[in-house]
Amino acid sequence: MSYSDYLIRRAIQAIPVLFGLSVLIFTITRVIPGDPVRLAMGPDVADEQVDAFREEMGLNEPLHIQYVEWLSGVFQGQWGLSLRTGNNVLFDIITRLPATFELVLVALGFAIVLGIPFGVIAGTNKDHWQDHASRITALFGVSMPRFWVGILLQVVFVGMLGLMPLQGRIDGNPPPHTTGMYLIDSALALQWATFVDAATHIAMPAFALGLATLAQIMRLIRSDMIEEARKDYIMAARASGIPQNLIHYKYMLRNAFTSSLTVIGLAFGFLLGNAFLVETVFAWPGMARYGVQAIINQDFNAIVGVVIVVGFAYVVANFVVDVLYGTLDPRVRLRQGGE
Amino acid sequence: MSNPLLEVKDLHVEFDTYDGTAQVINGIDLIVERGETVAIVGESGCGKSVTVKTILGLLPEADISQGEILYKGENLLELSDAKRHARRGKEMSMIMQNPMSAINPVFTVGEQMLDVLKWQGQHRVGITDWVRDKFRSEAELRERAIDMLEQVDISAPERVFESYPVELSGGMRQRVLIAIALLLEPDFLIADEPGTALDVTTEANILELLDDIVEEHDTSVLYITHDLGVAREISDQLNVMYAGEIVETAPTETLFEDPQHPYTRGLLESIPQLSRGIGAGIPGKLPDYTDPPTGCRFADRCPHAETECREVVPHLRRTEPEHAAACHLFEGDPHLDRHQDAVTEFPYIGPPPWQADTDETEVDVR
Repeated sequence: MSYSDYLIRRAIQAIPVLFGLSVLIFTITRVIPGDPVRLAMGPDVADEQVDAFREEMGLNEPLHIQYVEWLSGVFQGQWGLSLRTGNNVLFDIITRLPATFELVLVALGFAIVLGIPFGVIAGTNKDHWQDHASRITALFGVSMPRFWVGILLQVVFVGMLGLMPLQGRIDGNPPPHTTGMYLIDSALALQWATFVDAATHIAMPAFALGLATLAQIMRLIRSDMIEEARKDYIMAARASGIPQNLIHYKYMLRNAFTSSLTVIGLAFGFLLGNAFLVETVFAWPGMARYGVQAIINQDFNAIVGVVIVVGFAYVVANFVVDVLYGTLDPRVRLRQGGE
Repeated sequence: MSNPLLEVKDLHVEFDTYDGTAQVINGIDLIVERGETVAIVGESGCGKSVTVKTILGLLPEADISQGEILYKGENLLELSDAKRHARRGKEMSMIMQNPMSAINPVFTVGEQMLDVLKWQGQHRVGITDWVRDKFRSEAELRERAIDMLEQVDISAPERVFESYPVELSGGMRQRVLIAIALLLEPDFLIADEPGTALDVTTEANILELLDDIVEEHDTSVLYITHDLGVAREISDQLNVMYAGEIVETAPTETLFEDPQHPYTRGLLESIPQLSRGIGAGIPGKLPDYTDPPTGCRFADRCPHAETECREVVPHLRRTEPEHAAACHLFEGDPHLDRHQDAVTEFPYIGPPPWQADTDETEVDVR
C-alpha cells in the first residue's frame, strides 16, 4: 500500500466518524430533559401554539424519522431552523464561522510562529536564562484561563496604554465579502487601511486564545530539542562542520517538530469549539459564542450544526497533520509503502 | 624534534554528575604522527569515545580541567568556538560508531552531503546566504558528493545520493558515513569503532575500504576499538586504555610480541579463539569514576596486585625504547617528561610472574 493509498483510506474513514458524531449529538440534544420549544417561545404563549409549533418542527415524530429527515435536509442545505434566531442553522453558521475561523488561524499562527523559535532557543540553552524565561512564560500561558488573559490584555493595552481597540472585529467598513475573513478579504481587495484596522482588532483576542497553545508548543519543542541534541546524527553533523544554527533549525527541528504537529492539529479543532469565552470578552461575532448560546437555550438544531462543523474541522485538521507527517518524515511515508 | 599532527598532553576530563565529579579522563597523552594510524584499545566505558569527542570538541558539558590538545602546533582548547568549528569536517572529522543512528533519518544522504559541502566551517548561516543558496546551481557540488560515494565503493551512487537512510542497509550507511567524513579530505580522521555494529564480513570489507582510502588520501587516523584483532590489522601505534588512563603504549607489532601490562594481557586472553574456546575475560568491572582508587586504577582486577599498587599511582615507564607500561611490575625511566620527578618513589614489585617462570635469572636483577 502506497502512502497516497493510506491517505485516501484515512480520508474515507472520516465519513463514518462524522456520521457517528451526528447520530450521537442529534440523539443527545433531543433526549435531554427540558422543553426547548417552550423555552424559545416564552412563558406567555398558549399551550396550543406551542404544540402547533412543535408539530411544525416535526418534533412529535419518532427520533429515527426525525434524524432521517434532518440528514436528508443537511445535504440540501437545510440544517433545520434555529429556535433562537429563526434562521436556517446553516446560514447562521456560515455568517459566523469565518470570524471564528480567522481568529483561530491567527491564534495558531501566533502559537506556531512564536512557539517554535522560543522552544528551539529554550531547548538549545537548557538551564540558562532563556530556558527559565520560557518555563515561566509557559506556566503562565497554561495556567491562565484564556478569557482572563484577554481581560488582562484589555486592561493593559486599552485601559492603561490606549494602544488597541477594545473589542469587535473592525471599526470602519468591512472589506468586500469574499471569504468572510477580514484580513484575507482586505488584502485581496488591496485595502490596506482596512487590513490594519482588522489586524489591530484581531491581535489581542488571537493572542489570548493562542497563548496556551504557544506554551504547549514551546515546551514540547524544547524537550524534543534536548532529546535531539543527544542523538548520534547530531553529533555527526557537528563533527562534519555543519553550522550551529543550521543544525538547530534544520537537523534537529525537523525531528523535534513531529509531536508539536499533533498538538497543533488537535488545537485547531479545540480552539474552534472553545473560543467562546475569548469571543465573549472581545465581543467577537463568532461561531463558538453562537454554539454556547445555542446550548444555553437548548437550540438543538444549532447545537447539532455547530458540533458537526467543529467535528469536521477536527477531522480535516488531523488529516492535514497526517499528510504533513509523511512530508516531514520519510520514514512514515516509506514504511507505509513497504508494508 | 618530530612535529606530530596531533599531540594530546596530560588531558583531564571531568563530568559533573549527581553523585559527584566523575574523573573520566585522568591525564592521558597521545601522539599521532602525520600519515600514521594510531589505535586506542579498551573495553566499553574506559573513556575512548570521550577522549576523541573531546579532541573534536563535541562534548560541551565536559569540563576539561587540565591539559592541552595540540593540532598542527595549535592548542585547540584555546581557540574560539568559531575557529574550532571551522576545523571540523575540513581539518579533522569523525566516523561515528553506529551507522544506524549516525545519519539523520529525515533528510536524504545527498542533502546532508551538500550541506557539508556548502556550509562547512561556518559558525552560523546568515539568512541572506541561506536564501541566496536556494537559487544556486548544485550540479558541481552534487558531482563532488557522488564522486565521494563512488570512492567508498557504492555501486549506485546516484541512487544512494537520492535515498533516505531507512532505504539503505547497515553496510551502505557505514560507507555513507565514511564518505561524509572524508568529503572535504581532512588531514585527521577519528574513527570510533566503525563497523562494529555490522556483521563480521561487512565489517571486514569496511575496514579494508577505510584502510585503502586513508592511504590514498594520506590521512592520519586515530582509531578507537575494543577489538585488539582489528587494532592489529589497522594501526601503526597502539595505546591501551583503562579507566581513563593509558596503561600501555607501543608500536603495534612490539605490543603484540610482548604485551606487558596485566590489563593488556587480560584483553588478549579474553579474545575468543577457535582452538581455546571463549577466553577467560577479566573479572570485575571498571572503577567508579566519581570515587576512583588512589593507586593503580586497575589494581582491584589485577591478578598480580600488591599493597603498593593500591597506594602509588603507576605512571607510564619506558620498559623498552619504544614501549611503555603503567605498572609497578616493571622498571624504567618515566615515559613522560612531566613524571620525571616522581621516579624515585616508584615501588618495584616485579618481575612479572610470566617472565619469572621462563627466565629465573631475572629475579635477582634488583
